[in-house]
Amino acid sequence: MYTQAMDTMDQEPGTRKKAVRSAEEMLLEQRFEARIDEGDFIEAKDWMPEHYRKTLVRQISQHAHSEIVGMLPEGNWISRAPTLKRKAILLAKVQDEGGHGLYLYAAAETLGTSRDQLLDALHTGKAKYSSIFNYPTLTWADMGTIGWLVDGAAIMNQVPICRCSYAPYARAMIRICREESFHQRQGYEALLTMMQQGTDAQRAMVQETVNRWWWPSIMMFGPPDDQSPNSAQSMRWGIKRISNDELRQKFIDATVDQAKVLGVTLPDPELKWNEERQHYDYGPIDWSEFWRVVGGDGPCNHERLGARVKAWEDGAWVREAALAHASKHAAAQQAA
Amino acid sequence: MTTQNEWPLWEVFVRTKAGLDHKHCGSLHAADPKMAIQLARDVYTRRQEGSSLWVVRSDQIVASDPGDKDMYFDPMEDKVYRHPTFYALPESVNHM
Amino acid sequence: MQTSTSIQPSRDPAAQYVLRLADTCLILGQRLGEWCGHAPVLEEDIALTNTALDLIGQARALLTHVGQMDGQAHDEDQLAFLREERDYLNVTMVELPRGDFAFTVLRNAMVATFLKLAWQRLAGSLDTELAAIAGKAVKEARYHQQHAGDWVVRLGDGTPESRQRLDAALGQLWRYTPELFEDDAVDAHAAASGLGPRWSELQGPWRADMTLLLDEAGLALPTDSAFRSTGKRGLHSEHMGHILTEMQYLQRAYPGGVW
Repeated sequence: MYTQAMDTMDQEPGTRKKAVRSAEEMLLEQRFEARIDEGDFIEAKDWMPEHYRKTLVRQISQHAHSEIVGMLPEGNWISRAPTLKRKAILLAKVQDEGGHGLYLYAAAETLGTSRDQLLDALHTGKAKYSSIFNYPTLTWADMGTIGWLVDGAAIMNQVPICRCSYAPYARAMIRICREESFHQRQGYEALLTMMQQGTDAQRAMVQETVNRWWWPSIMMFGPPDDQSPNSAQSMRWGIKRISNDELRQKFIDATVDQAKVLGVTLPDPELKWNEERQHYDYGPIDWSEFWRVVGGDGPCNHERLGARVKAWEDGAWVREAALAHASKHAAAQQAA
Repeated sequence: MTTQNEWPLWEVFVRTKAGLDHKHCGSLHAADPKMAIQLARDVYTRRQEGSSLWVVRSDQIVASDPGDKDMYFDPMEDKVYRHPTFYALPESVNHM
Repeated sequence: MQTSTSIQPSRDPAAQYVLRLADTCLILGQRLGEWCGHAPVLEEDIALTNTALDLIGQARALLTHVGQMDGQAHDEDQLAFLREERDYLNVTMVELPRGDFAFTVLRNAMVATFLKLAWQRLAGSLDTELAAIAGKAVKEARYHQQHAGDWVVRLGDGTPESRQRLDAALGQLWRYTPELFEDDAVDAHAAASGLGPRWSELQGPWRADMTLLLDEAGLALPTDSAFRSTGKRGLHSEHMGHILTEMQYLQRAYPGGVW
C-alpha cells in the first residue's frame, strides 16, 4: 500500500558493480537483460544479477514495512470509531494492511532472505518505511483523508508495479491492488458523508485534516526526477515504470477534481489549471520537511518504530512457546 | 529461507470453488500445521476466496531446476499436435 | 436532529437477555481491536483482528434486533454509543484490560466456548431473528474456539515462561466465570418464553469443554471462590468507565453528527 519512491531509500552498501566479472557471469547477465527487454518475468529461482536481487529485497521489504507501520496511525482510532460500521471498516482496512505486509514479506523471502532478518533491519533503523506514517492521526477525519489521499497516492505508485519484472512481487502487487480500491473509496466516502450530511463542526474537522495531510501526501511520490539518481536502473529493470514527477502530477490532477466534489479547499494557493500543459500547476513543495522526516526527525518516527520494536520484543516469549510446542509434538510424532 | 528460531515458512494453495484446482497464492509463517491452516484461512480467504486450503512447508517443495528449463519444457514446443487448436475442422463441427 | 443525550434502553427482560449477549460481543471486540499493530507476530495481528471483526458483527446484528424488539426504534449506534454505563449488560470478564497474549487467548477461549454453546441453543429460539443471528454466529464462535484453544494448548505446553503466564491468566480470569452461569429473572423469562436457555444450563457443557482444553494445556481447573462479578446486571468494574470514555467520545463530542 504505502510505497515510496525507491530513490529516497539509502543505497545498499557495496552494491557498486564489481569491476571484474567472469565471462560466464557476463553471458548470464546479457541473457538476463535480454529477458527484461522482452518483457519476460523473472521467477524466484532464476539467475539474476546481485544488484537486481538486492534492489528488490530492499524495495519489497520496505514496502512491507510500510504496510505494517501503517497499521499504527489508523489503529490509533479503532477504539474511538464513531459508529459500529466505521469501526468494522477500519478494522477490516487495518487487517488488509497487515495482510499486504505479509504478502510482501513472503515475496521478499523468495529472494533468499528471512522474515526475521527483514524485521531486524526495520527495528534497527537500517531499513526504511514510507515516511507518511511518521505523521500523527489527530482527528477522526484523518481516517478519511488517509484513505482518500494516502491510499490514493499509494495506488498510483503501486499499479505500475503489477507489471514488475520480478514475478512474485508482481503477483503480490496484483493481489494488493485488488484489495486496495476499497481503502481509498471508504476514506473518500467517510469525508463526503461528513461534508454533505454532517454538522458544521464535522465539516471544519474535514477541512482541517486536509490542510494537514495534503503536502505530506504529495511528498509520497519522492523527490523530483532531477534529484532521483537511482530511478534509472530501476526503470531499466522494470521495477519502477513511471517517474516520480509524472506520478505526482497524475495524482494532483485527479485529486483536485475530487476535492471540488468534496467541497474542501486544498491548502495550495498556487494550484491552478494550466491550459497549455493540460495539467494543474502547483506550488513549491517544502523538501526540507520531507528530508527531515525521512531522516528520522518527523513528528512520530520514534513512536512508530518504538511501537513495532515493543510488539516484537513483548511477543518473543509467544513465538518461542509456539516453536517449543511444535518441536515437542514433531518429536512425539516421529517417535510414534 | 528461515533462521533457527523462526517459525517455518509455509506455501498456501487455495481452491476457490469445487471443480477448480488449488492455486498457489502466497506464503506465511506458522509454528505448526494447525496454525498454518488457520492463518492461511485468516490471511488468504478474507474475501470468500476459498472452499479448500492446502498448506505445505516451503522446504518440502521440490521444484524443477530453471537451468533445466530447456531440457524439461522445450520438447513440448514442437509437439503442437497435442493441442486441439492444431486441428482445423469445418465450421459445422468445430465445436468439438 | 439527534442529540448526544444518553438513551434509556428498555427494561423489558427479553431485550435485556439479548443485550447481555450483544454487549459481551461488543466489549470483547473493543478489547481485541486494541491488539491491532501490537501482536507478537503479523499473522496473529490478522487473526485477532478477524476475531474482533466477527464479534463487532455479531454485536451489530444483536443491537439492531434489540432496537426493534423494545419498540423504541433505537439503531445499533445509539445503543452502542449513547447508553449510560449501568445500562451496558456485558459480563465483567470482557471489559478487563487485554493483558498479555496468554490472558487474551485464554479469555477468547472461555468466551468463544460460552458463545458457541449459547448460539447452538439459540438457533432454536422462538425469536426467529435471534435464531437466524445465532445460526450464523455459531460458525464464527466455533472457529474462535478452535483458534484460541489451540493457542492455550501451545502456551500451556510450550516453554516454562508461557506456562507460567497462562497459569497466571487462568488465576485472574477464573473468578469472573461464575457470573456467566448465574440465573436471574431475565433468564427465567427467556426460558419461559422460548427466547433462549437460562445461562446456567450452559455451565455443564462449558466446564466439560474447558476441562478438556485445560487438561491438554497441562493446567488444572482452579477452585471456585466466593467472588462474584456483576456486569450482567449493569454493575461493572472500574475498567468499564474508561472503555466507554474512549468508545463514546466522538458521538458525545459531536452531537447530531453524521458519520
